[in-house]
Amino acid sequence: MLSASSIANRVRAGELDPVAVATEALSRLDAREPAVHAYLHVDREDVMQRAEALAQRVHRGDDPGRLAGVPVSLKDNIAVKGQTLTAGSRILEGYRAPYTSHVAERLQAEGALLLGRTNLDEFAMGASTENSAYGASRNPWDTSRVPGGSSGGSAAAVGAGIVPVALGSETGGSIRQPAALCGVTGFKPTYGHVSRYGLVAFGSSLDQIGPITAHAEDAALVYDVIAGADPRDSTCLRGERPSAARAKADVEGLRIAVPEDFVDDSVDAHVLMRVSEAMAVLEEAGAIVKVVERGRLAHAPLSIPVYYLVSSSEAAANLSRFDGMRYGPRHEGDTLLDTYRATRGELFGPEVRRRIMLGTFALSAGYHDAWYRKALQVRRLIQREFEALFEEFDLVAAPTSPFGAFSMGEKTDDPYAMYLCDLLTAPACLAGLPSVSVPCGLSKRGPYKGLPVGLQLIGAAGEDHRVLATARAFESERGEPERCELFGGSAA
Amino acid sequence: MTGTATPHSAPGRWFPVIGLEIHVQLATATKMFCRCEARYGAPPNTLVCPVCTAQPGTLPVLNAEAVRLGVLAGLAIGCEIDTVLEFDRKNYYYPDLPKGYQISQYDRPLCHDGRFAFELPDGSRREITIQRAHLEEDSGKVIHPEGLDLSLVDLNRAGTPLLEIVSGPDLRSPAEASAYLQAMRQTLRYAGVSDCDMEKGSFRCDANLSLRPSEDAPFGTRTEVKNLNSFRFVEAALNAEIERQSAVLDAGGTVIQATLGFDPDSGLTTQLRTKEEVHDYRYFREPDLPAFAVTADWIEQLRGVLPESPVARHQRYVGVFALAPEHADALVADKALGDFLDATVDAGASPGSAARWILSEVLRLANAAKRPLDELAITPARVAEVVALVDAGQLSLQASRHLATAVEGQPEVAVRELAEALDLLQVSGADELTGVVREVLAVEADLVARYRGGKTELFHALLGAVMKASRGKANPGTVRELLERELA
Ligand SMILES: [Zn+2]
Repeated sequence: MLSASSIANRVRAGELDPVAVATEALSRLDAREPAVHAYLHVDREDVMQRAEALAQRVHRGDDPGRLAGVPVSLKDNIAVKGQTLTAGSRILEGYRAPYTSHVAERLQAEGALLLGRTNLDEFAMGASTENSAYGASRNPWDTSRVPGGSSGGSAAAVGAGIVPVALGSETGGSIRQPAALCGVTGFKPTYGHVSRYGLVAFGSSLDQIGPITAHAEDAALVYDVIAGADPRDSTCLRGERPSAARAKADVEGLRIAVPEDFVDDSVDAHVLMRVSEAMAVLEEAGAIVKVVERGRLAHAPLSIPVYYLVSSSEAAANLSRFDGMRYGPRHEGDTLLDTYRATRGELFGPEVRRRIMLGTFALSAGYHDAWYRKALQVRRLIQREFEALFEEFDLVAAPTSPFGAFSMGEKTDDPYAMYLCDLLTAPACLAGLPSVSVPCGLSKRGPYKGLPVGLQLIGAAGEDHRVLATARAFESERGEPERCELFGGSAA
Repeated sequence: MTGTATPHSAPGRWFPVIGLEIHVQLATATKMFCRCEARYGAPPNTLVCPVCTAQPGTLPVLNAEAVRLGVLAGLAIGCEIDTVLEFDRKNYYYPDLPKGYQISQYDRPLCHDGRFAFELPDGSRREITIQRAHLEEDSGKVIHPEGLDLSLVDLNRAGTPLLEIVSGPDLRSPAEASAYLQAMRQTLRYAGVSDCDMEKGSFRCDANLSLRPSEDAPFGTRTEVKNLNSFRFVEAALNAEIERQSAVLDAGGTVIQATLGFDPDSGLTTQLRTKEEVHDYRYFREPDLPAFAVTADWIEQLRGVLPESPVARHQRYVGVFALAPEHADALVADKALGDFLDATVDAGASPGSAARWILSEVLRLANAAKRPLDELAITPARVAEVVALVDAGQLSLQASRHLATAVEGQPEVAVRELAEALDLLQVSGADELTGVVREVLAVEADLVARYRGGKTELFHALLGAVMKASRGKANPGTVRELLERELA
């Protein structure tokens, strides 16, 4: 599978027919989708029509855009007018988005071919995609294992080599963790760098949309297209963002912190080994890597409770609109209250109901100060600790996930074990920082033997371009990531 | 003072304490968080978009005009303005609330700590505190069609900007509450922030009421009476609730904290829910909207353009325009009428004559046409021309009435031309009139002789003869002077 940048370059040069690109992507999808169940919906007719329109644009001599002919799959919580927007939930079954999200507008404007709606944990709540109401996705490296989540469909689609690019959304780790588990690159931008207009809200103060790509350079290319001001999202920062694709991919003199606070006993030894090797690769290339003693990010270990309190509180309010009154299916009861109970009780899955209850509790009179307010205070401390660290360092490095792809069903009976998947990704989300996960090899032994490991790099707020440039440099130093059999190539 | 408020059942025994919450729709062209038109009376669900119907993935974008009007309103009612504008989510479920939460303001209202003065029916002045006034979005409407076992939702109103104004528990009688409400409405209309039309729901009121045994006793348990949507209901509902609470207390019972509705047909308040059922709104900061800075400069700038208050206008009319207080009352009570007067004076008319003429003639035209002033053809500039003719003695008051109808009916013809065409202008030139007077005296030589013989009462007959000869166009004052000179 060609990278997004080479597809776009060839289509722009008239060397590659977008119709052929779309046809090939759809045939890869047909062949590999049964193994991974990455997609909830594919509108083939729409894809082919748009590919043909793009071919005509090229033929006329118009510039077809920076992503000309690149097939891009969108997580099914990002609105595209006329397409499904289930958010992985029964409560939005049959719903069609009446408008298009900012990111989809930007992708279409640059000639991308939106191909398919990818699977996710219901309302992006989960770390394995097993919470989807439409069946779990599977890891392309081992289909008895999970692809991670909540953007598991997007990561599986890219990891299986169906499309070079997919968009995910992240609240606590939902882009980077599945990217790590599927052996691909995933990037969560600085909060406010990419418009949330058209993203089904989960935790509004945390949510960001970002790319999942087979090649690190494509993450930079896609970030450049989707990042930018949007007056329809008041939390989206104004002004220009520095280009990540054009940022110098140079690690010479780069100061990288490896904080001890991030790592505890739950982190798999083989994951740590791959990350140590990755640090050696960066050092070799000129980076100054320094282990930061425990205590500098003293509150980072509290990220899990803080994250679940903040995100669930916001989610409880964000999900109130799904009441069956204006759209989506409605389960009628005898009274208004019965109708609410039936609709929400029967159409939301158990994890979503759990988070709504948690969030409702945390905000309730008498508990608000002890839980929600306290969580906000700790969140602020985590932000300050990162700010202080970034006065001395350019980047923070850590594993993305404490462990590799786990077996399906392994954590479904233990919600807290599932929540611990976010242990290493939640801090950057709480602090609103840009962070990438890049593949850094396969686990050699232990329970995740032969499965991909992700290196996490976190930058200071607004340093998205630096984070992505470093990911690009890492990939070029280390070489093309290992690919699974399904991907169609193997460097393993 | 509380004498005006005596509950029917136990005169003077229980003393009411009343606070009002007023919801005012701000007169923006578009809604508070989307760009849908904010308008009353459109067909159901025609003024909606993905944002105000809470489609998944949509986000609120603040309408700056709503903030501007909110600040103007706050200044007009004597409040302090917060320099940080933050919004909170107020969570509850109802089909007219699309998001399942209302974007409102909780711990940092835009306006706070106000003092508001108004006049009571007996002419005395009263000042009460305004605890807070905060911005929030209106809900839609649930409609229960008669005879059908279903409810319908109209979201045209959803997202209309509201200012909720909360008074202190400072009102001491239903009559005082009503006077406060009237004054508040007039003040907000003057500030140009809302049309405050109760029938269209742009001005709505809830009341809190408790009773206590004496004027300095601690407050009793209060109840809240919802949706008092006409001035008539406010007093009636408060009186009914005073009666109900008095009966409970008289019987040795205790008032239960509750929310009540008022049924205008029965004239009774009925319980909607008790304290145990009170909502926990689980307020928290709205994460979709950052904090906005309201700069002190901007607040001062708005203070500078704040339209004149009704109190200030009344003072100006009496003090500067030297109008009779009852004329000033009438002109201030109806803001459009006062605006018309000011424009007429700006166009050059003398205030006293203009006021009299507007209160008689312009009002007569408006009543005859059954139209508001701004829909009449007659303009302040043309009224100023008519008044100038009257003041110059060229047009009698009587004739100006005929002219008013013509000026309204023929807006394209100049005022003076109309007066000439209708032959209404008075002849007040002494030279011209002297001839007429001498002619009349010559014709009426007999009368003149008897007048000179001592029958001075015949002066009036001679005056009438001159007026008749001038076909009513002569200025009676001038004629009188000339006659006296000629007969001397
Ligand atoms: Zn709207």
